[in-house]
This record gives sequence, C-alpha cells and structure tokens, in this order.
Amino acid sequence: MAENLLKAEGIYKSFVGVQALKNVTFEIKPGEIHCLAGENGSGKSTLIKIISGVYAPDSGSMEFAGKKYEKITPIEAIKSGIQVIYQDFSVFPNLTVMENLAFNSELADRRKFVNWKRMRKIATEAIAKIDFKVDLDALVGSLTVAEKQMIAISRALMFNTKLIIMDEPTTALTKKEVGNLFNIILKLKERGIAILFVSHKLNEVFEISDFFTILRSGELVASGNTADLDAKKFSYFMTGREFTAKRFEAKNISSEPILETKNIGIEGSFQDVSFDLHKGEIIGITGLLDSGRTELALSLFGILPIDTGSFKINGKQVKITNPQTAVAHKIGYLPEDRLSEGLFLNQSIADNIIISEIDRLTVFAGVLDTKKRTDEIARWVKELSIATPNPENACQTLSGGNQQRIVLAKWLALNLDILVLNGPTVGVDIGSKHDIHEILQNLANEGLALIIISDDLPEVLENCSRILVMKAGRVVSDLDAAKADEQMILSYMM
Amino acid sequence: MQTSWKTTIQKISRRNEPYVFLVLLALCILIEIRSGQFFSSNNLVDIASALIVPGLFAIGAFLVIISGGIDVSFPALASLSVYATTKFLLDINYQGGVWLAFVIALSIGALLGAFNGLFIGYFKLPALIVTLGSSSVFKGIMQGALNSKQLTTIPVGMRAFGTSSLFIAKNPVSGLTARMPVASIAFVIVLILVYLMMRYTMFGRGIYGIGGSEVSAHRAGFGVRKTKFTLYVMVGMIASLAGVIRVCMMQQAHPTNMLGMELNIIAGVVLGGTAITGGRGTLLGCILGTLLIVIVENSLILIGVPTSWKSVFIGSLIIIGTGASAFQVMRMNRVKSIKIRSKEAF
Ligand SMILES: Nc1ncnc2c1ncn2[C@@H]1O[C@H](COP(=O)(O)OP(=O)(O)O)[C@@H](O)[C@H]1O
Ligand SMILES: [Mg+2]
Repeated sequence: MAENLLKAEGIYKSFVGVQALKNVTFEIKPGEIHCLAGENGSGKSTLIKIISGVYAPDSGSMEFAGKKYEKITPIEAIKSGIQVIYQDFSVFPNLTVMENLAFNSELADRRKFVNWKRMRKIATEAIAKIDFKVDLDALVGSLTVAEKQMIAISRALMFNTKLIIMDEPTTALTKKEVGNLFNIILKLKERGIAILFVSHKLNEVFEISDFFTILRSGELVASGNTADLDAKKFSYFMTGREFTAKRFEAKNISSEPILETKNIGIEGSFQDVSFDLHKGEIIGITGLLDSGRTELALSLFGILPIDTGSFKINGKQVKITNPQTAVAHKIGYLPEDRLSEGLFLNQSIADNIIISEIDRLTVFAGVLDTKKRTDEIARWVKELSIATPNPENACQTLSGGNQQRIVLAKWLALNLDILVLNGPTVGVDIGSKHDIHEILQNLANEGLALIIISDDLPEVLENCSRILVMKAGRVVSDLDAAKADEQMILSYMM
Repeated sequence: MQTSWKTTIQKISRRNEPYVFLVLLALCILIEIRSGQFFSSNNLVDIASALIVPGLFAIGAFLVIISGGIDVSFPALASLSVYATTKFLLDINYQGGVWLAFVIALSIGALLGAFNGLFIGYFKLPALIVTLGSSSVFKGIMQGALNSKQLTTIPVGMRAFGTSSLFIAKNPVSGLTARMPVASIAFVIVLILVYLMMRYTMFGRGIYGIGGSEVSAHRAGFGVRKTKFTLYVMVGMIASLAGVIRVCMMQQAHPTNMLGMELNIIAGVVLGGTAITGGRGTLLGCILGTLLIVIVENSLILIGVPTSWKSVFIGSLIIIGTGASAFQVMRMNRVKSIKIRSKEAF
C-alpha cells in the first residue's frame, strides 16, 4: 500500500457563528484522483483553503509528503508541491498567454526585470507538458473557458507539483471540453500527481475519480472507493434525504397546441425548426453547446427575433420580436445565467419576486399596494418553499437553488401559458435540483406548457415528455422521452 | 507568409492607436488646407511645447488608469506642491539653480502621492473617492494654510529655466518664431523611463496585471498593495514635475490655473485607447490621444473655429472615441455564429 501524500486529521474550522468544518479527516495518495463533493456551504472550499494554507485550522493536523504541519502557509504549500486552480483560473484577461504562463515562476524567482525571451521559453515549456497548443501572443481574454483552464493547469505544473486541487473545474465546460480535461487529468495521474477536484456532478464523479469524500454541513459523511458508490447513495450522502426520481408523465395534455413553430430560423444560428407545444407538456431541447439550442430558446422569448418561419399561439399567427411581445403572449423565459440575467442580486428577495407583476400591484399612479405586495410575496415564498428567514433579505444571501426558485416565482406570478427554461438546474445542488424538477412537473400537470433546454441528459429524460435533439443548427430528431435513453440521445447529438 | 500578414493587419486593426493616428492626421491636414499654417515649423514647435505639461499629466493618468484606478487629484496635487515650493524659495530669497525647485516639489509630490497611495493601496478604498477627497484637501491646504494668491515673480533659477530654449524655429514666410523649451527634455526622459518600466520591469507588468485582475495578481505573487502605493507616489512626482515646468514656462505661479485640467487629460488618455476599466492601453496611444486634445485646444483657432466651440469639439471627440472602443469590445464579444449544416449532411 502506497504512502499517503496528504493526510489532514481532525480538522476544525469556524467562522464567526458558523462551524464550517467539524472533525474532518481527509487523505490522498500519489496519483490518486479524488472527488470532493457536498452541497453548497458544506465546507468544500474551506477544506481546500486549509490544505493550501489560505486559512489556518482551529485545530487538527496536517501531513504532506512526509512532513508534519500544525498549519501550512501558502508559500510552504506551493513550495512543497500543492497547487490550487480556482474557479476563475486566476488569469489576466488583458495580457498574453505567454505572460500569464510565465508570471508565477518569474515572481517565485523574485525577478525584477522582464526578459521576454526567457518568458517565451518558460511558456513554451509549460504548454508542452500537457501538449496544449495555443498562440502564445494571444490575449487570454479572447480564449475559451477550456483554454483558460488549460493555461491554469500548465501554470500549476511548472512547479514541482505533487497535488493539484481544482475547485469545480467542469462547471463552464462543454461535454467535449470535459472529455479533454479528463484526459489530461488521467495523464497527470500517470505521472504520479494527485488530483483533488470538487464537483457536484454525479456522472463526472463516477467517470473519473478513484476515491470520494462527501461533506455535509461541515462534517465528513462518507468517503471511500468510488466503485462502491451509486447514484442513490451519492444523493443521500449529499443531502441526507432519500429521493425517488419521478419520471414525468404528462397527465392532461391539451388537444390543441398552445404554440406552433413553423420552419423558424435565424441566419447563422438555426434553421427549419418546427414543433407543436401543448399545455401540460414538457418538451426538452438538447444538443451540444454550439448546436443552436440556446439561440432557439432566445428566439422563443424574442430576445433573438427569428428571420424566417412563423409562430402560432392558440392557433393564431403572432410575431415575437422582443421580450415584451413574448410576455404579452404569456411566454416566460428563465435564463441560462440567472445571476446576470434573471435577478437583481442586491435587491430583496421580495422585490425580485414581484418585479414582473409590479403593474398589477400598483393602485394609483405607480404607488404600490403594500398589502397586496405582502400577500403575493408570502404566497410565492410558501408555494416554492424558498428557504429564507426574511423575504426582505438581499437575494444574494440565498443558495443557487433558492435563487433559481425566485426566478421561477417571478415568472409564475404572471400566470403564464408557456415557460421556457434554459439550463434550469445549472450550478444548483442535488436537493434543490430535485425540488425544482418536482415543481416543474407539477406546473405542467396544472396546465402550463414548458420547454426545458438542457444538456443534462438525465434531467431531460426524467422531466420531459418529448425530446428534440439539435445538432449544427437543426432539429435532428424528435423523441418520445418514455422510449429514449441517454445512449440514443448522445448518438443523435454527436 | 500571407496568413501572417493577414493576422498582423487584423491585430493592428483591433487596436486603437491607428484610428487615433488617422483622426489626428486628418485634423492636421484639414487645418493645413484651411490655414496653410499647420505644418509650418513654428506651429509644430508651438504644439510640441504645448504638449509638455499635458503630456506629463497624461503619463501619470495613464499609469493609474492601467492599474484599474483613476486619479482626479493630480492638478490639485501639482498646484499645491509647486505653489508651496515657489513660495518657500521666494521667502528664503533663493538665488540658485532650478534643481532645488525640482527636488522640493518632487518630494512634496511624493508625499502627497503617498497620501493617495496609502488610502487606495493599503486601505483598499476606491480610487475615485480617495482622489476626489484628496483633491479637496490639497486645494484646502493651498487656500487655507498657504493663503494662496498669484505669485507674479518666481525665483531667478526657475525663470531662467522657463525661458531657456533648445532651439528657436522661425517661419520664413510670416516671420513668426517659436521656442522649444529645455523642459521638453524632461518630458522625453520621463516618457522613455516610463516606457521601459512598463515593458521591462515586473513592477510595470504588475501594474498591467493588477488592472486586469487584482485577485489574480495577488495569487500570482505580485505585491498588490505595495505596487499601488509606489505607483501613486510615482504619479505624484510626475504631476509635480509637470507643475514646476508649467510655472517656469508661465513665469508666474497661479494657484488655480491648473485646476480642472483633469477631465481633458483623462479624456485624451481614454481617446488613445486606454481602457477606463484598466489593464489595457499603450503609452503611444496615450500620447497620441493627448496630442489630439492639445491640437484641438491650440489650433482650432487657425481654421476660424471660435474658442467657445472648443469644448463642443472636444466633447464630440470623446464620445466618438470612447464609442469606437466600446464598439470594438462589442465586436470582440459578438456571438460566434455557427455553421448550419444542410439537410443532406445528416
Ligand atoms: N470567510 C468566511 N467568513 C465567514 N463564513 C465563511 C467564510 N468562508 C466560508 N464561510 C461559511 O462556511 C461554510 C462553508 O463554506 P464553503 O467552504 O465555502 O462551502 P462550499 O465550498 O462547500 O460551498 C458556509 O456556511 C459559509 O457561509
Ligand atoms: Mg465553494
């Protein structure tokens, strides 16, 4: 049995009023791929920061590469071979790839002057280590997320690295990019480098990791061999709740379609898309990142108006040229990036809920009816079980799942007929994800027509009655969800 | 080979400097056509001499904006340090060379810059708020403690420096002459030093880095606080240098005469392609943008545009200039269109 590379034992850490970690023990061996999972706020980032020396633990001990530490400092951590790749990759978008790669080692060598030749040499060597091909003179801001990540990884490898820690490395990547990343992780493993990565995504945990550790509310709830883990146990460990995934069955589909699209298209995005949507139905639209699925979603809400084809709502031809006309036709849209597009994070939860129906709540000349406002807010907080002590708190105090419920509440307050959801559970933890799915299914059964755009195949399969698969700007198949499976969808997508 | 040509042209066309240069050229040619006076030797020397003080201020403003900050206090800072220096030298009846004026003014400038740097770098307060505040403080000290009035005479050393010239250009047609002040050397030296610093020292690259992402700079190992502090000290010194040169060239110290310059200076820097959000911009662009403003301020009169229209002209330039750079950003972020495959391909 190989020696442990890292062993952290009995780690406690509290912040004012919050016990972030309670008696957590964690070990990793050289060349091991270890997944750290847990819901938001469970203490994953805190654990990472203790290992990398950013925080000192309240108590507990750490041993790395045979050396004991009461607490490790960030410099000691780097020197002994621990590298952290943060979610934002710590890059300089305004500088070239070369500088981004060379800065860390130049600064570590305490250089005062810039030698551009030496920087180029360092950068060339750094990307060669993972066979990453990129223009060294390109600005990092112009690269894709995956390329920025590759830069962060190459940079981490420049030092005598023994452990690489990645905080949620796959969140913003496409399927193909995740594949590339995993290949690189496997190569690093061959070289004996241990990888600790944070992920909530079940399929990724299974695909790549050897061992797992799951935290809940700062406590270690399970750790062991990934081979012994299954989906059910995983979500149980994460949430402490048992879930029975309920496959959606459309109970009352209207006989007439509420929305019909006929050969709609946008130059350079998608073409010839035709489908009917009935009340009570949930249609899933899936495809790779550049398949045109997002543009299709945006066109249904008028953000990107179509240039060919036509819409019919309740059998009548209509034009949807901007979000206002879409809302007038009782269409709502839940954006992909709820943080930047769907919510006013600094405003209160309450105001975020009522913002879209503000016209209905005013009595006279723009003055709000406060009684009506309070009732309306109370109703939605309850209906969607938004976990907050006080709806007047700022929206950013909520977890991802709860924020998503608010965006939902905002739309439902309008009594819509159609709701388009783009990636409704991206970045949401398992418990909330399950709840959101339940809400969506109930909404459909109460007569709402829903369209879910998502590349999370289990999500689409579980919650939709029909699935449209898109590829290179076209709908390539229209599947009955009850008869489809992941393999089948993938084969159409790729 | 051909593709590399193409990419080079593409890269250049994405930068701001060529556009500023073209606008500048167009303006010069327009003035030349209308007046026949623009490319005369005396006018060119006049413009170069008018560029010295705004140019120095612009270099300071450029450095701060690159680091992701903003400084609106430099005119007040320069006024205070040069006013205090002149007054002190007059009081002791100093008869020596100009060097002492530079030493004292630059020391005061460093101190006042350190005041900005302390609050911005170490206490992490927003640069705009700090410099708005310090600007008032500097003006207050000048008016309150120093009881500032216009000083109509300046020490002999400063007077001599202000009137000494490198060469004198004479227009053979009109007979008009223009002097190239010795102070232009100071401007060129600062320009070269700052260029070298920004390109060849880790401190300079750190300023770009901090402007791009402060968190990343910290994690990479740049001393963010120290860098910012040093930067504001440096900018205080550059501004004070400009202040001394201004007083020497005008042969009198006026306490409020430089105040209000900050907006046109910052406008010139931004026109030259320096991103107001920090991290992006070149010294060349900064100087071109400032030159554009200086020419508009000094030469519009040559084509018969009344001075009252100057601010309208400058305002429009700023809107067009910043609009153009916003457009470029938009173009870079535009949604990449995807290839729709024909039906048969499936
Ligand atoms: N610097 C801090 N100050 C106060 N509380 C913190 C701080 N960092 C984390 N916490 C709290 O500690 C808990 C664990 O947080 P974190 O480690 O970030 O969780 P995770 O990364 O698993 O989402 C949360 O309740 C969080 O609010
Ligand atoms: Mg975290």
